[in-house]
Amino acid sequence: MTSLYETVSPPPGDDVPTNRINLTVNGQLRTMDVEPRLLLVHLLRQGLTLTGTHTGCDTSNCGACTVLFDGRPAKSCTMLAVQADGHSVQTVEGMATSSELDPIQEGFKEEHGLQCGYCTPGMMLAAKALLERNPNPTEDDVRWALSGNLCRCTGYQNIVKAVLWAADKMRAQQN
Amino acid sequence: MYPSRFAYDAPKSLAEAIAILDRNGGEAKVLAGGQSLVPMLKLRFAAPERIVDINALPGLDYHRLDPDGTLRIGALCRHEDLEYSTILPGAFPTLAEAAALIADPIIRTRGTFVGSVCHADPQGDWAATMIALGGRIVAMGPKGRREIEMRDFVLGPFTNALAYNEIAVEAVIPAARGTARGGYLKLERRVGDFATASVAVALDMSGDTVTRAGAAMAGVGGRTIDANEAMSVLVGKTLTEESIAAAAKAVAAAADPRTDHRGDLEYKRHIVSTFVTRILTKIASTEQKAA
Ligand SMILES: Cc1cc2nc3c(=O)[nH]c(=O)nc-3n(C[C@H](O)[C@H](O)[C@H](O)COP(=O)(O)OP(=O)(O)OC[C@H]3O[C@@H](n4cnc5c(N)ncnc54)[C@H](O)[C@@H]3O)c2cc1C
Ligand code: FES
Ligand code: FES
Repeated sequence: MTSLYETVSPPPGDDVPTNRINLTVNGQLRTMDVEPRLLLVHLLRQGLTLTGTHTGCDTSNCGACTVLFDGRPAKSCTMLAVQADGHSVQTVEGMATSSELDPIQEGFKEEHGLQCGYCTPGMMLAAKALLERNPNPTEDDVRWALSGNLCRCTGYQNIVKAVLWAADKMRAQQN
Repeated sequence: MYPSRFAYDAPKSLAEAIAILDRNGGEAKVLAGGQSLVPMLKLRFAAPERIVDINALPGLDYHRLDPDGTLRIGALCRHEDLEYSTILPGAFPTLAEAAALIADPIIRTRGTFVGSVCHADPQGDWAATMIALGGRIVAMGPKGRREIEMRDFVLGPFTNALAYNEIAVEAVIPAARGTARGGYLKLERRVGDFATASVAVALDMSGDTVTRAGAAMAGVGGRTIDANEAMSVLVGKTLTEESIAAAAKAVAAAADPRTDHRGDLEYKRHIVSTFVTRILTKIASTEQKAA
């Protein structure tokens, strides 16, 4: 014993089934061996240390774990990592470039769309999916699209404003 | 929460998927949208030895109308495909109204219509619409194809009539004879909650006369409640205040609600009666405008 703490669990034996998967995460191709029971959220957080994807409820309700799966929002606590084989996943880390925030991130900053920030990555990705489909949403459209994402802090008002701010900016950029 | 250990296959053909199920003799489970199965795996309510992911099967993500108006929904048609469908609103108003009320928008990107019916949750919304519309499920297994009427498909809560080596490939919903009218109303405490009570109504009308009347309910019993017989009081009638009241009373009597955290028994029965009245009154006013 060289320290107070030592990992004693044996390394996984040969009988543990693993599957090789190839997936694109934020534009980068990754190859990994995973146990089929590994959840996508755990692959992202623990496997790839992309901790921007949060686990809130772990029961498919809160949307904190939302990622874009082939461009559509999905709750990564309710998907297996093996299901991502051959698919593309985008997380909040893939939104900004090194020099520029995504307009949606800017909107959340400008309109104070977050307090503790726990729900924010999921909110922003759900908003991104909405704006890709509907660049000119009404307030109701925004509330509807975000109704699978829970926020315990803001009362939603500023989140809705942030998304509308981003929609305006993105439309202005188009013109 | 972690599921217990299982092996995983994502076959690329239906024949292969069926062969895997067949070889594993009841120890394998089909994964479609995963929006009920994955939560169950995490809670270890389900602990299959093998998961057969059908998401890579080609050509199952459709919903389309046959020339005679019959609707076919493939096993990989997602809730949101139906929510944004352009063919449902006119031809299948009951389904069009229900689509946006399933779960929440993110669950709807993955969950499937057929998976929901297979799951046979007493609170599932699609099973209620299938019963009201007189739909059926097409199953494929090692011995080939068979069709199962919806009333024979759900055997009880979370139990369907598929054999362990069968996959539900399609839901089939017959076209209305005459004009299709209908609606779906659901009371939920918040978005993403299951129904406190919900009612599906599907009518075939010839002029202003009802020629077929279907109804079913979710959330108000230990299983999806088939209220087609109760609703048949409308057949041969026009929609008047009296006939609507009689139907609402009959359907509410067919409900079998229990008192729980979502509300008490009488409250739920009252919602059923109110929902039937609202759906039928709206249809009646549409008919008047059309006349
Ligand atoms: C937060 C939350 C809220 C929800 N709210 C609602 C709601 O309000 N109303 C509602 O109706 N549902 C609700 N659901 C459930 C959701 O609609 C699921 O998508 C649906 O019940 C199951 O469909 P699926 O495709 O996800 O199936 P899966 O989860 O993949 O499978 C469910 C079951 O059916 C079997 N199965 C699936 N497809 C097939 C097939 N083709 N052949 C044979 N067997 C098959 C599986 O083996 C499994 O046993 C909710 C789910 C969540 C997580
Ligand atoms: S952690 Fe996935 S929905 Fe809450
Ligand atoms: S900002 Fe705290 S949960 Fe939304």
